[in-house]
Amino acid sequence: MTSVLYDAPGPKARRMSRIISYVGVAVIAVGVVALVLALGAPKASANGAVQPGLWDLSRWDVFNDLEVWRSLGRGALATLEMAGVAAVLALVLGVLFSFGRASDTAWIRVPTTVVLEFFRGMPVLLMMLFVLLVFSTGSFWAGVAALAVYNGAIIGEALRAGIKALPRGQREAGLAIGLTSIATRLRIEFPQAFRQMLPIIIAQLVVLLKDTSLAFVVGYSELLRSMRDLTNFFGNRYSFSFFFVVLVIYLAMNLSLSWLARRIARRSGSKPTH
Amino acid sequence: MDAVIDNLPVFLEGFRNTLGLLVISGVGALILGLIVAGLRISPIGSFRGFATVYTEIIRNTPLTLILFFCAFLLPYLQFSPGYFTLAAIGLTVYTSPFVAEAVRSGINGVHVGQAEAARSIGLGFGQSLAFVILPQALRMVVPPLINVFIALAKNTSVAGAFFVFELFGAARQVTNDRGDQVLAILLAVAVFYLLITVTLGIIAGRVEKRVAVLR
Repeated sequence: MTSVLYDAPGPKARRMSRIISYVGVAVIAVGVVALVLALGAPKASANGAVQPGLWDLSRWDVFNDLEVWRSLGRGALATLEMAGVAAVLALVLGVLFSFGRASDTAWIRVPTTVVLEFFRGMPVLLMMLFVLLVFSTGSFWAGVAALAVYNGAIIGEALRAGIKALPRGQREAGLAIGLTSIATRLRIEFPQAFRQMLPIIIAQLVVLLKDTSLAFVVGYSELLRSMRDLTNFFGNRYSFSFFFVVLVIYLAMNLSLSWLARRIARRSGSKPTH
Repeated sequence: MDAVIDNLPVFLEGFRNTLGLLVISGVGALILGLIVAGLRISPIGSFRGFATVYTEIIRNTPLTLILFFCAFLLPYLQFSPGYFTLAAIGLTVYTSPFVAEAVRSGINGVHVGQAEAARSIGLGFGQSLAFVILPQALRMVVPPLINVFIALAKNTSVAGAFFVFELFGAARQVTNDRGDQVLAILLAVAVFYLLITVTLGIIAGRVEKRVAVLR
């Protein structure tokens, strides 16, 4: 699209663009290096004691301890466990919501719509606190319930949009060969809508995985909690080191799920939206 | 119910702070996001690469982790303008790639024929962008952009866990004081949030209807 907007560059313009490109790379590289150095610079605190920079070895030696890695691993596993359970429940809820919202009976459709709007407009964190305090479940189930309901509502909307986007003929054909309304929805419309919406659903599951970190507010000991606990145990000296490692772990988990989403989007052969 | 009425000033203060966070970081994210979107469609490869990496990293980092960085590590690096500002910075950074993606998808959503037509009647890069592409793109961008701001309104609640006294913080404080009326308190806070998100949703619907391009 954007390539249509300018002429194919001639030799002069190409040279120009190459120069700008080099300058751009240089500026960005200098910025990144400056940031790294600024983080690494030793600095004096108020009482005159000089603290080593953030890349100093004395801030990273804690990772020689196997117990630290075990603790981080437990946190990551707890995160994945919550995300896994919540994802399954969110998918189930999403399917139920989408059926409710696309129902022919107003008695089912209208209440489902209201409930869906309510859940979609609510911060996940508030829902977690709500489940924790009102139903006094443990922090694990508070997190799972809030994540499942919220993401289920969004997945339900996506599936409904998918069902709505199907050609009318699909439903008519199903009814014409004698399937009941529910059977048509389940066996004709739903499988197509699900395949169409799979990229959106997986993108939502990435959001769910990220949002498990909210459960640390209600006291579930997942990855972020492990980071806090480790920082409290080993002291503030290591806070940046732990932060950095936890950031890398989160990025690794989320980026691989995003990559999977893109692969599936390409494989399922759904036409690009534009 | 009396716990809600007694603590109404507390809720209102929280509501004000939530709105403040929403407006400040919303404007900030809009500016930063437009810059990133501009870099992403620029003809210069290194800018595109930088913007892509930025978008991918921020989008795949949990907001809690970003706010954690702002609330604990920035003060540690001797930058401490107060928790409200720090939270606003964190929310701005977290929201900016989503704004950028919405704007970019709007620009990509304009039909290629439009750009080709603009070019073939002799408009330059800037002209075709300013007179043909952007007027169409911006209309398509408004609804997804408002969705981004709805998400931002909900995300401000995370700042409540990092010492900012907004609605979620107010909810936590009041439920600690009045453990007997948790249900009423949380529902009241929910109403405040719905006030923001439903209003934004209605605006999105109106705008969508008014500026929809017939295609």
